[in-house]
Amino acid sequence: MNIKQLSIFLENKAGRLAHVTGILGDAGVNIRALALADTSDFGILRLIVNDVDKAQEVLRKHNVVCVANDVTAVEVEDKPGGLAKVLVVLQSAGVNVEYMYAFTEWKTGRAALIFRFDDPDKAAKRLSEAGISVFAQVDLTGNAK
Amino acid sequence: MREDLYLKDFLDRDGLRRAQLTRMRATLERVYERVPFYRKAFDEKGVKPSDLQRLEDLAKFPFTMKKDLRDTYPFGLFSSERKDVVRVHASSGTTGKPIVVGYTAEDIRTWSEVMARTFQCIGIGPEDVVQNAYGYGLFTGGLGAHYGLERVGCTVIPMSGGNTERQILVMNDFGVTAICCTPSYFLHLAEAAAQAGHPIQKTKLKKGIFGAEPWSDEMRKRIEAATGISAFDIYGLSEIIGPGVSSDCEAKCGLHVFEDHFYPEIIDSETGAVKGLGEEGELVFTTITKQAMPLIRYRTRDISRLDYSKCACGRTIVRMARVSHRSDDMMIVRGVNLYPSQVEEILLEAEGTMPHYLLVLTRSKELDDLEIRVEVSAETFSDRVKEMEKLQKKISERMKSLFGLSAKVSLVEPGTIERSVGKAKRVLDLREKK
Repeated sequence: MNIKQLSIFLENKAGRLAHVTGILGDAGVNIRALALADTSDFGILRLIVNDVDKAQEVLRKHNVVCVANDVTAVEVEDKPGGLAKVLVVLQSAGVNVEYMYAFTEWKTGRAALIFRFDDPDKAAKRLSEAGISVFAQVDLTGNAK
Repeated sequence: MREDLYLKDFLDRDGLRRAQLTRMRATLERVYERVPFYRKAFDEKGVKPSDLQRLEDLAKFPFTMKKDLRDTYPFGLFSSERKDVVRVHASSGTTGKPIVVGYTAEDIRTWSEVMARTFQCIGIGPEDVVQNAYGYGLFTGGLGAHYGLERVGCTVIPMSGGNTERQILVMNDFGVTAICCTPSYFLHLAEAAAQAGHPIQKTKLKKGIFGAEPWSDEMRKRIEAATGISAFDIYGLSEIIGPGVSSDCEAKCGLHVFEDHFYPEIIDSETGAVKGLGEEGELVFTTITKQAMPLIRYRTRDISRLDYSKCACGRTIVRMARVSHRSDDMMIVRGVNLYPSQVEEILLEAEGTMPHYLLVLTRSKELDDLEIRVEVSAETFSDRVKEMEKLQKKISERMKSLFGLSAKVSLVEPGTIERSVGKAKRVLDLREKK
């Protein structure tokens, strides 16, 4: 089961992050998780939000380039070897991790890792076969969309 | 009237050449007698108007350069008395004084005729509603197109340039079927229209008549694919008459030069020698019917070729290859000659869409640096850094392999590169002039 992540293009310039988060805030979009990848001249902001469709709509209206794509939120056990166990499953399945970031689930405080796989469907299938639980959109954002 | 004008594009070539020779000789005589600049120039070269026995003899006569228009500012090249001049126009001119051009009543009639022939080539007629978004004023674009549009009998909306919101409103509410503007402004307009929820595809717009700046065939394909309209190239320059020097027809295989008024030559920019049939070089025009300000062998700086074969549309007048670059636009970067249109082609190829871009030239330690700023669009954006870097690399590698130049490719947010209302600004040269 996959969830939607919103990615946003940002120039490496002062005030750009404040500009984009301000647009989302004004539209009543809540940010649940955030990661920023940056290079010397641009950055890619990745967000898990409570309403992806609305976020895209307001950002496009403000001429901000964004794209929604599938990521997988994996529950990780809070003990040594927890992450390794997940990665072993993925490695044996031949799924590559493009990038990942950590996240704490809002209701219960459980730990989750957001993975961007090259093949998200295959990854989700293998993880569930291995008995590793993944979060649904509603678990993370309180909104099934 | 329509039939009469129409026939002028289908003349028998021998008859046309005889008419050109008579008109050319009369023009040479006129400027030799009336314009001190030309009398002096002809005398210095040791030529007299009577030396023109055949059209090819024109090669013996001196060129006219843009500088000559500046040096004789404002009316020094006029060959009519002031009382016979009914209109003047002037170029924007980026530095110093503008270039001034004048028209007699007969010149204005000629101009409306060549513009009417332009619109006939493109298939514009009484059934059309045309939004004329070329600037009205000192610039020749607005009024030049306007007179031609009225003469072919369509409904003209004299919008002039700018005020994009209003342009979109009028296009939708007035049922506009064709628009006249620069290709770069049309791209801006299409983008703004889509953003405002009125994509061009949903309007009645069928044709775009684009000129006043060089643009490529690639750009034509992109405009047509993105908006569903048919895009036509028109060519002209104020010094010769304004728009109306040549035009695409519906076959779109070169622009028909209205050569019964403007005689074209192709020369080598370096040596000034006339080039062989079909060869590429600098386009030179001699006006052969103009009264107020005839120009002899005016160097346009535009690079083109001439094709005298009969067009698929049946027109017999010569076709010029569309101008994708001017010798003036040429940048010299680390000793390499580079035109913005060449970079444009690389961007189109790499991105699959027409991006907004700006070329920035700077100099550090005696070396030129070229930066290509490209706006990221929803089509080219990816959440993966790797993909974005791949795009940068693709562009810089093509620059390296085609021109041997290392260019820094900067990806910037949409809307950060200034949009043009008139001619697109593609180059920002911050190098100190020597």
